Amino acid sequence: MPSLAQLAQPNQDYSYGFLDAFAKRELRRRMLKAIALPGYQVPYASRELPIARGWGTGGLQVTLSLAGPNDTVKVIDQGADDSVNAANLRRFISRMTGVATTTDTNAASLIQSRHRIPEERLNEGQVLVLQVPDPEPLRGVQPDISRARQMHADADYALMWLGLYEQLVRYGRFVQGASYPVIVHQRYLMSPSPIPRWDTPSLHQAAHLTLLSAGREKRLYAVPPYTDVYPIEFADVYFQVEDQSGRVCMITGAGNKFMDELPQTDGTSLYRISDTGYIEKLVKQQRGEAAHVGETYYDEAGQFYHAGFLKSTQGNSARSADFSPRVGQDAD
Amino acid sequence: MQTLPPQLITARPLLAARNLTRRYGSIVAVDDVSLVVYSGETLGIVGESGSGKSTVLRLLNLEEPADEGQVTLNVPGYGDTNLFSLERFQRRQVQIRHIGIVYQNPHQGLRMRVTSSGNVAERLILAGERRYATLREAARDSLAVSEFPLERMDDLPAKLSGGMQQRVQLAKAIALKPALLLLDEPTTGLDVSVQALVLDTLMRLQRERQIATIVVSHDLGVIRTLADRVMVMRRGRVVEQGLTDQVLDDPQHPYTQQLVHAKL
Ligand SMILES: Nc1ncnc2c1ncn2[C@@H]1O[C@H](COP(=O)(O)OP(=O)(O)O)[C@@H](O)[C@H]1O
Ligand SMILES: [Mg+2]
Repeated sequence: MPSLAQLAQPNQDYSYGFLDAFAKRELRRRMLKAIALPGYQVPYASRELPIARGWGTGGLQVTLSLAGPNDTVKVIDQGADDSVNAANLRRFISRMTGVATTTDTNAASLIQSRHRIPEERLNEGQVLVLQVPDPEPLRGVQPDISRARQMHADADYALMWLGLYEQLVRYGRFVQGASYPVIVHQRYLMSPSPIPRWDTPSLHQAAHLTLLSAGREKRLYAVPPYTDVYPIEFADVYFQVEDQSGRVCMITGAGNKFMDELPQTDGTSLYRISDTGYIEKLVKQQRGEAAHVGETYYDEAGQFYHAGFLKSTQGNSARSADFSPRVGQDAD
Repeated sequence: MQTLPPQLITARPLLAARNLTRRYGSIVAVDDVSLVVYSGETLGIVGESGSGKSTVLRLLNLEEPADEGQVTLNVPGYGDTNLFSLERFQRRQVQIRHIGIVYQNPHQGLRMRVTSSGNVAERLILAGERRYATLREAARDSLAVSEFPLERMDDLPAKLSGGMQQRVQLAKAIALKPALLLLDEPTTGLDVSVQALVLDTLMRLQRERQIATIVVSHDLGVIRTLADRVMVMRRGRVVEQGLTDQVLDDPQHPYTQQLVHAKL
């Protein structure tokens, strides 16, 4: 009796990475266009994947069409490598491509992420793929998508400042937490996906390439290395990141990193660094084991590494942590 | 009302519209209408409902293109340009910087989910202002000029009375000191007493600023109060025009005679 393996079709190289060659070519061409037009949303033909829309299919298609046998892939979901969603995607990618996986930000060549950018600075040659639930930053001010396209064409973004005005009048501060809109390369308004404000500056003049992809909306866009990315703000009231000062990580004792808040029964809160790969390395280091902890976007004192980019870090974001991570299938 | 000594007008009109025609399918809403308005002057447009008055204002506000005809506005950089020939972005710039409009229905002119001051600030934001303190100040100033109660400047328009909503619209329209102000039935639908107060504000504005104004109303009292000259429209066409007193006191065209006798 021949075995099942003998009867089955031998593996074929041309379907490497699950997607067929046409799908990958489509995606790579769109990515090249996106890189040539920083921040511009490029439509693409989105393929069906054995994962439901809303669970990272946009990011996954980009990752699958970029990954090669020599890549090392890291997958995170709201900072965590070990969440069910991240673990599923990682397993799928590694089975379909055979690539090595890691939780170490510095060791990865390709990082797919939902809702966070790692704390450790990404370097030249690294690629960050962000899953995007809603690529259109103008949706709030212009629900008509074809009018929104016209506004992008005209770089007519003034209404966003009306939104900022309203936030200041009503709440005394900018209350938009995640997906804080940015202007890329002095041209396109872009939604950086639902990363917290804390991560938004990390896109500015970054050494790495960021690709953002929305599977449901079938659009992808990019921030090439060393590109200007400025959050929208007033000339006299500045964008600010969430205030993390005074918070100490319950596992590592570190401060001035983006923290998850863990409310306790007695009404107080404990904090834990949201980037689990970073925690892992800090813990190793504290145990005296070999660990290379990379340089971070924010230093121990909470200073951002591009001095002067953040005009102020305290103040009207006093009620911080208004980035409340949402659970479930909103990222695509 | 302060009257200027009589003088020969040698200046170019601020606004000149020539042979405007606008069709909606088989309806000719505006049929070969020409008009001029000088700085500091107010032109009234009267006519029964459906005679094309609002459509004329929408054309002059560059909201939609005319099927035929031209509009020129004597403002720096655009004096000789047919504004309908401008591309979308430039047209909007002219509209934002040089033209203000108040609609009869506040829902058309205001964002109901944006504060009143925000509605006014929007004009400045669209013109490129990016200082929050400046926006606040300008919104406050403009609302004060339109005699809006400042303690309510951050209320949503939906919570305001009709008269106050019209004042917000007016503040928004004049925030950038436009050369041309378009008023489409600005007091229709208001209580008579409120109407009188809003008219007072409009008259004060006329005295204080040299804005060229066009006011549309089917209320001849409003026209008499505000307009220097009047134009009578019927079925998209101009049937009579002249000085307000002359046309309203001694109407020549049978249609105008009907209008005047029905309303006065
Ligand atoms: N957007 C439109 N689509 C179709 N018909 C319109 C439109 N706007 C106006 N009309 C028609 O054009 C004519 C003039 O309307 P309008 O300018 O609103 O008159 P008025 O303001 O004098 O009452 C009417 O017959 C009206 O039904
Ligand atoms: Mg009308």
